Amino acid sequence: MGEFTIRGRVAVAGVGETTYWKHSRSPHAEFKLALMAILAAAEDAGIDPAEIDGFASYSNDRNDPSRIAAALGCRELAFSNMQWGGGGGGGSAAIANAAAAIACGYARCVVVFRALAQGQFQRFGQAAAGGAAAGHDAFTVPYGVMSPAQKYAMRYQRFAHEHGIERPALRAISMASYHHAQQNPRAVMYGRPLTEEDYDASRWIAEPFRLFDCCQENDGAAAILLVAAERARDLPHKPCYLLGAAAGSEYRNGAPVHNAPLYGTSSFTTVAPRAFAMAGIEAADVDVAQSYENFTGGVLMSLVEHGFFAADEANDFLTLDNLRADGGKLPLNTSGGNLAECYMHGLELNIEAVRQIRGQSPNQVEGAEISVVGSGPMVTPVSSSVFGAEAAL
Amino acid sequence: MSHLPEGMPRPLADELTEPFWEAAREERLLVQRCRACGAWQWGPEWCCHACRSFDVGWAEVPRQEGRYKGRIYSWERNYHPVHPALRGRDPYIVVLVELPEAGGVRMVGNLLGDPMQKVRIGAEVEAVFEHHEEAEPPYTLVQWQCI
Repeated sequence: MGEFTIRGRVAVAGVGETTYWKHSRSPHAEFKLALMAILAAAEDAGIDPAEIDGFASYSNDRNDPSRIAAALGCRELAFSNMQWGGGGGGGSAAIANAAAAIACGYARCVVVFRALAQGQFQRFGQAAAGGAAAGHDAFTVPYGVMSPAQKYAMRYQRFAHEHGIERPALRAISMASYHHAQQNPRAVMYGRPLTEEDYDASRWIAEPFRLFDCCQENDGAAAILLVAAERARDLPHKPCYLLGAAAGSEYRNGAPVHNAPLYGTSSFTTVAPRAFAMAGIEAADVDVAQSYENFTGGVLMSLVEHGFFAADEANDFLTLDNLRADGGKLPLNTSGGNLAECYMHGLELNIEAVRQIRGQSPNQVEGAEISVVGSGPMVTPVSSSVFGAEAAL
Repeated sequence: MSHLPEGMPRPLADELTEPFWEAAREERLLVQRCRACGAWQWGPEWCCHACRSFDVGWAEVPRQEGRYKGRIYSWERNYHPVHPALRGRDPYIVVLVELPEAGGVRMVGNLLGDPMQKVRIGAEVEAVFEHHEEAEPPYTLVQWQCI
């Protein structure tokens, strides 16, 4: 651990979520959804929304903090921050940025938020008709590489080739999310269990990814309110401390036209070790993990790069039994995750990580003291966050 | 004849990428090569990633037996039609091709032939220039086929 760390200095005061809908089904405007989630987080924390003085988000969230602060009557705006990068790569990084602002004295009460209403705006998985591709896109888009699945399938295909990974390993990741969603009434896929036969029979999207390897697209909003650790001890909930966080990617991960020197990667090979070093933990210390499912192949690589098992062990390790909250070696995506709870760009995964530390998960891992989130595999930057209970400090 | 349906987005050349697209019209395959240190580079950047020189030139990929050859580094077979031009069409294969003769840089293209063919990572492929003469202005894509 370096001289500078946020370990134990900042805690989650409150979490808030709207109802989660299938994409384009929200009856509310996106900005209103953001306000609803933020107010829910403040209420959960027992903090007056007027006290919120900082905002952090990611993935070019459309809801401007200056406008939110005005709409909510916040007394002062002291911190407004956007993590670069698309997809869910910034889910943990936004928390890291918010925590850094508190630890450094820029702001005192910072909310991390993400809101999506795709009926109001464009969907992620569809391209506009006709058109032209400029810059580096000109070397991929005319060949039919447009959607996220198409941009990332080849990264996993290379990794699977190098390590001999077979399809049941991906299926287990999908099954774990759907299994856990059946205990979570908030989950969009609640009441819609997935069988191995359903998975195997599902249509290809971008081989090697089938339909159930791909995340949903959803409407809704989520928010996490952070304060200094000392203050969190006086609030209603059991404090959930941020033990460590990191963001980024390997050497030249962002090289254009699929020219990253290390190609078969989820981009966590340097990020996860930094987050764990700051937290002072090893993979074996982790009680429960949330790993962002854009695609199951990204989860698989992310789990390897966080050190939960070696790549060559993936076929044996990745079974539903090993990933279940009730007795699995590595309980994974215990609210249903992006696949089956909601694709709120992974902020819902960070909320679930907090619930596990509070003892409030719909699939509670008994005695969980350390929970980890890997946000947005295969994009760059990605990010990781490590949360812990008082006992983990 | 183009491998993917008409109506797909066309490539736009710009100041940085124009030499590649102009050479492709003449069935020549160019990538960047630093004039200062000799490093190969793809896709195009304003400076060399190895020595940071802005004197980044272009070099023809060395031909073997008159052909531009590469190896399949990774691939995907796309089914879900994310662009309107692809609706109701067959799946298509995208390959990431490594060019051993050009420092191992990689290019993205389609693998020509049967869309359901078995694809093998490491297989040798050669470049095929796909001219879109009807477009205004015309352009040329670089596709790949197994040797």
